[in-house]
Amino acid sequence: MSIFKRMSTIFKAKANTALDKAEDPRETLDYSYQKQLELLQKVRRGVADVATSRKRVELQASQLQSQSQKLHDQAQKALSMGREDLAREALTRKSGLQGQIDDLTAQHAQLQGEEEKLTLASQRLQAKVESFRTRKETIKATYTAAEAQTRINEAFSGISEEMSDVGLAVQRAEDKTQQMQARAGAIDELLASGALDDATGTSKDNITLELERMSSNSDVESELEALRSQLGTGSEPPKQLSQDAATPAQPIQQPVAEPVRPQDGDVR
Amino acid sequence: MIVRIMGEGQWRLPDDKLDQLNEVDAALERAVSTNDEDGFRTSFAALLDLVRGHGQRVPDNELHDSDAILPPGDSTLAEMRELISGDGLIAG
Repeated sequence: MSIFKRMSTIFKAKANTALDKAEDPRETLDYSYQKQLELLQKVRRGVADVATSRKRVELQASQLQSQSQKLHDQAQKALSMGREDLAREALTRKSGLQGQIDDLTAQHAQLQGEEEKLTLASQRLQAKVESFRTRKETIKATYTAAEAQTRINEAFSGISEEMSDVGLAVQRAEDKTQQMQARAGAIDELLASGALDDATGTSKDNITLELERMSSNSDVESELEALRSQLGTGSEPPKQLSQDAATPAQPIQQPVAEPVRPQDGDVR
Repeated sequence: MIVRIMGEGQWRLPDDKLDQLNEVDAALERAVSTNDEDGFRTSFAALLDLVRGHGQRVPDNELHDSDAILPPGDSTLAEMRELISGDGLIAG
Protein backbone atom coordinates (compact mmCIF):
# COMPACT_ATOMS: atom_id res chain seq x y z
CA MET A 1 0.00 0.00 0.00
CA SER A 2 1.27 3.50 -0.70
CA ILE A 3 2.95 5.49 2.02
CA PHE A 4 0.37 8.22 1.61
CA LYS A 5 -2.60 5.99 2.10
CA ARG A 6 -1.16 3.90 4.83
CA MET A 7 -0.49 6.94 6.97
CA SER A 8 -3.93 8.44 6.58
CA THR A 9 -5.57 5.08 7.17
CA ILE A 10 -3.78 4.86 10.48
CA PHE A 11 -4.88 8.36 11.43
CA LYS A 12 -8.48 7.71 10.51
CA ALA A 13 -8.55 4.46 12.41
CA LYS A 14 -7.41 6.29 15.53
CA ALA A 15 -10.05 8.98 15.11
CA ASN A 16 -12.79 6.40 14.65
CA THR A 17 -11.78 4.39 17.68
CA ALA A 18 -12.07 7.53 19.78
CA LEU A 19 -15.47 8.37 18.31
CA ASP A 20 -16.89 4.91 18.81
CA LYS A 21 -16.34 5.07 22.54
CA ALA A 22 -18.96 7.76 23.15
CA GLU A 23 -22.65 7.04 23.58
CA ASP A 24 -23.92 10.54 22.92
CA PRO A 25 -21.88 12.10 20.09
CA ARG A 26 -22.18 15.46 21.76
CA GLU A 27 -20.17 14.17 24.69
CA THR A 28 -17.44 13.29 22.27
CA LEU A 29 -17.24 16.91 21.24
CA ASP A 30 -16.73 18.16 24.77
CA TYR A 31 -14.37 15.39 25.63
CA SER A 32 -12.32 16.00 22.54
CA TYR A 33 -12.25 19.72 23.24
CA GLN A 34 -10.81 19.00 26.68
CA LYS A 35 -8.17 16.83 25.07
CA GLN A 36 -7.35 19.58 22.63
CA LEU A 37 -6.82 22.09 25.40
CA GLU A 38 -4.59 19.63 27.22
CA LEU A 39 -2.57 19.06 24.10
CA LEU A 40 -2.26 22.79 23.57
CA GLN A 41 -0.82 23.08 27.08
CA LYS A 42 1.53 20.26 26.35
CA VAL A 43 2.83 21.86 23.17
CA ARG A 44 3.44 25.13 24.98
CA ARG A 45 5.34 23.31 27.69
CA GLY A 46 7.25 21.57 24.93
CA VAL A 47 8.24 24.92 23.42
CA ALA A 48 9.40 26.12 26.84
CA ASP A 49 11.40 22.93 27.45
CA VAL A 50 13.17 23.16 24.13
CA ALA A 51 13.93 26.83 24.77
CA THR A 52 15.45 25.94 28.14
CA SER A 53 17.68 23.33 26.54
CA ARG A 54 18.66 25.77 23.83
CA LYS A 55 19.71 28.35 26.40
CA ARG A 56 21.68 25.78 28.31
CA VAL A 57 23.56 24.80 25.17
CA GLU A 58 24.19 28.49 24.47
CA LEU A 59 25.64 28.97 27.92
CA GLN A 60 27.87 25.95 27.61
CA ALA A 61 29.06 27.02 24.21
CA SER A 62 30.04 30.42 25.52
CA GLN A 63 31.84 28.85 28.49
CA LEU A 64 33.79 26.59 26.19
CA GLN A 65 34.43 29.53 23.90
CA SER A 66 35.99 31.58 26.67
CA GLN A 67 37.98 28.55 27.75
CA SER A 68 39.27 28.29 24.23
CA GLN A 69 40.09 32.00 24.15
CA LYS A 70 41.96 31.60 27.41
CA LEU A 71 44.06 28.81 25.93
CA HIS A 72 44.72 30.95 22.89
CA ASP A 73 45.92 33.80 25.12
CA GLN A 74 48.07 31.40 27.07
CA ALA A 75 49.66 30.15 23.89
CA GLN A 76 50.40 33.70 22.84
CA LYS A 77 51.91 34.55 26.18
CA ALA A 78 53.95 31.37 26.30
CA LEU A 79 55.30 32.03 22.84
CA SER A 80 56.22 35.60 23.71
CA MET A 81 58.20 34.18 26.60
CA GLY A 82 59.94 31.83 24.28
CA ARG A 83 58.20 28.73 25.60
CA GLU A 84 57.07 27.00 22.44
CA ASP A 85 56.45 23.76 24.31
CA LEU A 86 53.85 25.42 26.53
CA ALA A 87 52.28 27.20 23.60
CA ARG A 88 51.99 23.90 21.78
CA GLU A 89 50.36 22.29 24.80
CA ALA A 90 47.82 25.11 25.09
CA LEU A 91 46.96 24.96 21.39
CA THR A 92 46.54 21.20 21.56
CA ARG A 93 44.00 21.57 24.33
CA LYS A 94 42.32 24.32 22.43
CA SER A 95 41.85 22.11 19.40
CA GLY A 96 40.35 19.46 21.67
CA LEU A 97 37.77 21.98 22.83
CA GLN A 98 36.94 23.00 19.31
CA GLY A 99 35.34 19.63 18.63
CA GLN A 100 32.99 20.10 21.54
CA ILE A 101 32.19 23.64 20.52
CA ASP A 102 31.30 22.47 17.01
CA ASP A 103 29.12 19.76 18.48
CA LEU A 104 27.30 22.27 20.64
CA THR A 105 26.82 24.59 17.69
CA ALA A 106 25.17 21.79 15.74
CA GLN A 107 22.96 20.92 18.71
CA HIS A 108 22.01 24.54 19.06
CA ALA A 109 20.88 24.75 15.47
CA GLN A 110 18.85 21.59 15.88
CA LEU A 111 17.16 22.83 19.03
CA GLN A 112 16.40 26.14 17.40
CA GLY A 113 14.76 24.28 14.53
CA GLU A 114 12.66 22.21 16.94
CA GLU A 115 11.65 25.31 18.81
CA GLU A 116 10.48 27.04 15.66
CA LYS A 117 8.58 23.97 14.48
CA LEU A 118 6.83 23.53 17.80
CA THR A 119 5.97 27.21 18.03
CA LEU A 120 4.31 27.04 14.63
CA ALA A 121 2.58 23.79 15.56
CA SER A 122 1.20 25.39 18.66
CA GLN A 123 -0.12 28.35 16.67
CA ARG A 124 -1.76 26.03 14.14
CA LEU A 125 -3.31 23.91 16.82
CA GLN A 126 -4.60 26.94 18.67
CA ALA A 127 -6.34 28.23 15.54
CA LYS A 128 -7.85 24.82 14.86
CA VAL A 129 -9.00 24.33 18.43
CA GLU A 130 -10.72 27.69 18.24
CA SER A 131 -12.49 26.64 15.02
CA PHE A 132 -13.46 23.38 16.60
CA ARG A 133 -14.95 25.14 19.61
CA THR A 134 -17.12 27.32 17.37
CA ARG A 135 -18.23 24.37 15.33
CA LYS A 136 -18.93 22.34 18.44
CA GLU A 137 -21.21 25.02 19.86
CA THR A 138 -23.08 25.31 16.58
CA ILE A 139 -23.58 21.57 16.36
CA LYS A 140 -24.80 21.37 19.91
CA ALA A 141 -27.21 24.28 19.46
CA THR A 142 -28.80 22.90 16.34
CA TYR A 143 -28.51 19.31 17.33
CA THR A 144 -30.70 16.88 15.51
CA ALA A 145 -29.68 13.29 15.77
CA ALA A 146 -30.09 12.67 12.07
CA GLU A 147 -27.46 15.08 10.83
CA ALA A 148 -25.35 15.45 13.91
CA GLN A 149 -23.24 12.37 13.48
CA THR A 150 -21.95 13.38 10.08
CA ARG A 151 -21.07 16.89 11.13
CA ILE A 152 -19.48 15.70 14.31
CA ASN A 153 -17.43 13.22 12.36
CA GLU A 154 -16.25 15.94 10.03
CA ALA A 155 -15.24 18.30 12.78
CA PHE A 156 -13.73 15.52 14.75
CA SER A 157 -11.57 13.94 12.10
CA GLY A 158 -10.13 17.31 11.10
CA ILE A 159 -9.00 18.13 14.60
CA SER A 160 -8.04 14.61 15.48
CA GLU A 161 -5.53 14.49 12.67
CA GLU A 162 -4.04 17.77 13.82
CA MET A 163 -3.81 16.45 17.35
CA SER A 164 -2.04 13.28 16.27
CA ASP A 165 0.37 15.37 14.27
CA VAL A 166 1.12 17.83 17.06
CA GLY A 167 1.29 15.00 19.57
CA LEU A 168 4.00 13.35 17.55
CA ALA A 169 5.84 16.63 17.04
CA VAL A 170 5.96 17.19 20.79
CA GLN A 171 7.15 13.65 21.33
CA ARG A 172 9.92 13.98 18.77
CA ALA A 173 11.03 17.27 20.25
CA GLU A 174 11.07 15.71 23.72
CA ASP A 175 13.16 12.80 22.51
CA LYS A 176 15.67 15.07 20.87
CA THR A 177 15.83 17.38 23.86
CA GLN A 178 16.38 14.47 26.19
CA GLN A 179 19.27 13.12 24.15
CA MET A 180 20.87 16.53 24.14
CA GLN A 181 20.29 17.03 27.82
CA ALA A 182 22.23 13.89 28.55
CA ARG A 183 25.15 15.25 26.55
CA ALA A 184 24.76 18.69 28.06
CA GLY A 185 24.88 17.10 31.50
CA ALA A 186 28.16 15.44 30.62
CA ILE A 187 29.64 18.77 29.51
CA ASP A 188 28.40 20.48 32.68
CA GLU A 189 30.18 17.84 34.71
CA LEU A 190 33.34 18.38 32.70
CA LEU A 191 33.15 22.12 33.23
CA ALA A 192 32.47 21.71 36.94
CA SER A 193 35.27 19.21 37.48
CA GLY A 194 37.80 21.57 35.96
CA ALA A 195 38.92 18.82 33.63
CA LEU A 196 38.63 21.24 30.74
CA ASP A 197 40.96 23.65 32.51
CA ASP A 198 43.46 20.94 32.78
CA ALA A 199 43.60 18.10 30.36
CA THR A 200 46.35 16.39 32.34
CA GLY A 201 44.13 15.89 35.36
CA THR A 202 46.50 17.45 37.89
CA SER A 203 44.85 19.72 40.35
CA LYS A 204 45.92 22.95 38.71
CA ASP A 205 46.32 23.68 35.06
CA ASN A 206 50.03 23.26 34.50
CA ILE A 207 50.21 25.73 31.65
CA THR A 208 48.73 28.34 33.92
CA LEU A 209 51.11 27.40 36.71
CA GLU A 210 54.13 27.65 34.47
CA LEU A 211 53.03 30.93 32.95
CA GLU A 212 52.18 32.30 36.36
CA ARG A 213 55.56 31.34 37.67
CA MET A 214 57.29 32.87 34.69
CA SER A 215 55.23 35.98 34.68
CA SER A 216 55.41 36.41 38.42
CA ASN A 217 59.16 36.27 38.12
CA SER A 218 59.11 38.96 35.51
CA ASP A 219 56.47 40.88 37.45
CA VAL A 220 58.75 40.88 40.45
CA GLU A 221 61.59 42.10 38.29
CA SER A 222 59.61 44.91 36.76
CA GLU A 223 58.17 45.93 40.09
CA LEU A 224 61.62 46.02 41.54
CA GLU A 225 62.64 48.18 38.64
CA ALA A 226 59.73 50.50 39.24
CA LEU A 227 60.56 50.81 42.92
CA ARG A 228 64.11 51.54 42.13
CA SER A 229 63.29 54.33 39.78
CA GLN A 230 60.78 55.77 42.24
CA LEU A 231 63.34 55.84 44.97
CA GLY A 232 65.87 57.09 42.55
CA THR A 233 64.08 60.30 41.64
CA GLY A 234 66.28 63.24 42.54
CA SER A 235 69.27 61.14 43.43
CA GLU A 236 70.96 58.43 41.54
CA PRO A 237 71.17 55.44 43.77
CA PRO A 238 68.77 52.99 42.14
CA LYS A 239 71.05 52.61 39.19
CA GLN A 240 73.32 50.85 41.48
CA LEU A 241 72.51 47.33 40.42
CA SER A 242 72.43 47.94 36.73
CA GLN A 243 74.46 51.05 36.53
CA ASP A 244 77.18 49.74 34.28
CA ALA A 245 75.08 50.01 31.22
CA ALA A 246 72.85 52.87 32.04
CA THR A 247 74.44 56.03 33.30
CA PRO A 248 75.78 58.23 30.54
CA ALA A 249 73.89 61.27 31.86
CA GLN A 250 75.51 61.01 35.24
CA PRO A 251 79.14 61.58 34.67
CA ILE A 252 80.31 61.21 38.20
CA GLN A 253 78.83 58.18 39.75
CA GLN A 254 80.02 56.64 42.91
CA PRO A 255 79.87 52.97 42.32
CA VAL A 256 79.68 51.90 45.95
CA ALA A 257 77.67 52.46 49.09
CA GLU A 258 77.48 56.18 49.18
CA PRO A 259 74.31 56.78 47.18
CA VAL A 260 72.43 54.30 49.29
CA ARG A 261 72.40 56.67 52.19
CA PRO A 262 70.05 59.27 50.82
CA GLN A 263 67.87 56.45 49.58
CA ASP A 264 67.44 55.11 53.10
CA GLY A 265 66.73 58.63 54.15
CA ASP A 266 63.90 58.92 51.60
CA VAL A 267 62.22 55.82 52.70
CA ARG A 268 62.61 56.45 56.36
CA MET B 1 -6.81 16.90 -2.56
CA ILE B 2 -5.46 17.85 0.87
CA VAL B 3 -2.06 16.58 1.91
CA ARG B 4 -0.55 16.87 5.34
CA ILE B 5 3.16 16.91 5.98
CA MET B 6 3.42 16.05 9.63
CA GLY B 7 4.91 18.79 11.73
CA GLU B 8 4.33 21.37 9.00
CA GLY B 9 0.63 21.51 8.25
CA GLN B 10 -1.68 20.90 5.31
CA TRP B 11 -1.57 21.77 1.61
CA ARG B 12 -4.30 21.76 -0.98
CA LEU B 13 -3.01 20.20 -4.19
CA PRO B 14 -4.62 20.53 -7.61
CA ASP B 15 -6.03 17.20 -8.83
CA ASP B 16 -3.86 17.21 -11.94
CA LYS B 17 -0.83 16.66 -9.73
CA LEU B 18 -2.20 13.33 -8.60
CA ASP B 19 -0.43 11.24 -11.23
CA GLN B 20 2.87 12.85 -10.47
CA LEU B 21 2.26 12.35 -6.81
CA ASN B 22 1.46 8.69 -7.20
CA GLU B 23 4.57 8.19 -9.25
CA VAL B 24 6.90 9.59 -6.58
CA ASP B 25 4.91 7.85 -3.88
CA ALA B 26 5.45 4.52 -5.63
CA ALA B 27 9.19 5.17 -5.81
CA LEU B 28 9.18 5.98 -2.12
CA GLU B 29 7.24 2.85 -1.31
CA ARG B 30 9.77 0.77 -3.26
CA ALA B 31 12.68 2.38 -1.44
CA VAL B 32 11.12 1.81 1.96
CA SER B 33 10.25 -1.82 1.30
CA THR B 34 13.74 -2.61 -0.02
CA ASN B 35 15.42 -0.62 2.72
CA ASP B 36 17.14 1.54 0.12
CA GLU B 37 18.49 4.50 2.09
CA ASP B 38 19.54 6.59 -0.93
CA GLY B 39 16.36 5.91 -2.83
CA PHE B 40 14.38 6.81 0.25
CA ARG B 41 16.08 10.17 0.63
CA THR B 42 15.69 11.10 -3.03
CA SER B 43 12.08 10.08 -3.43
CA PHE B 44 10.97 11.43 -0.08
CA ALA B 45 12.58 14.79 -0.85
CA ALA B 46 10.88 14.79 -4.27
CA LEU B 47 7.52 14.07 -2.67
CA LEU B 48 7.91 16.85 -0.13
CA ASP B 49 9.00 19.29 -2.82
CA LEU B 50 6.01 18.41 -4.93
CA VAL B 51 3.59 19.09 -2.09
CA ARG B 52 5.29 22.23 -0.82
CA GLY B 53 5.94 23.56 -4.29
CA HIS B 54 2.59 22.94 -5.96
CA GLY B 55 0.23 23.01 -3.03
CA GLN B 56 -1.49 25.91 -1.39
CA ARG B 57 -1.39 26.10 2.37
CA VAL B 58 -4.64 25.34 4.14
CA PRO B 59 -5.30 28.21 6.58
CA ASP B 60 -4.71 27.32 10.23
CA ASN B 61 -8.31 27.86 11.27
CA GLU B 62 -9.77 25.42 8.76
CA LEU B 63 -10.59 21.92 9.92
CA HIS B 64 -10.20 19.24 7.29
CA ASP B 65 -8.94 15.76 7.44
CA SER B 66 -6.32 15.03 4.84
CA ASP B 67 -6.56 12.69 1.89
CA ALA B 68 -2.95 11.82 2.33
CA ILE B 69 -0.47 12.20 5.15
CA LEU B 70 3.30 12.36 4.95
CA PRO B 71 5.68 11.76 7.83
CA PRO B 72 7.76 14.67 9.16
CA GLY B 73 10.20 16.01 6.57
CA ASP B 74 13.24 15.08 8.64
CA SER B 75 12.20 11.45 9.16
CA THR B 76 14.79 8.75 8.70
CA LEU B 77 14.05 5.56 6.85
CA ALA B 78 13.78 3.72 10.17
CA GLU B 79 11.33 6.27 11.56
CA MET B 80 9.29 6.09 8.39
CA ARG B 81 9.02 2.33 8.74
CA GLU B 82 7.89 2.67 12.32
CA LEU B 83 5.33 5.33 11.42
CA ILE B 84 3.69 3.36 8.68
CA SER B 85 3.57 0.23 10.77
CA GLY B 86 1.09 2.05 12.99
CA ASP B 87 2.56 0.76 16.22
CA GLY B 88 1.80 3.39 18.76
CA LEU B 89 3.98 6.19 17.44
CA ILE B 90 0.96 8.23 16.55
CA ALA B 91 -0.99 9.06 19.67
CA GLY B 92 -4.76 8.68 19.34
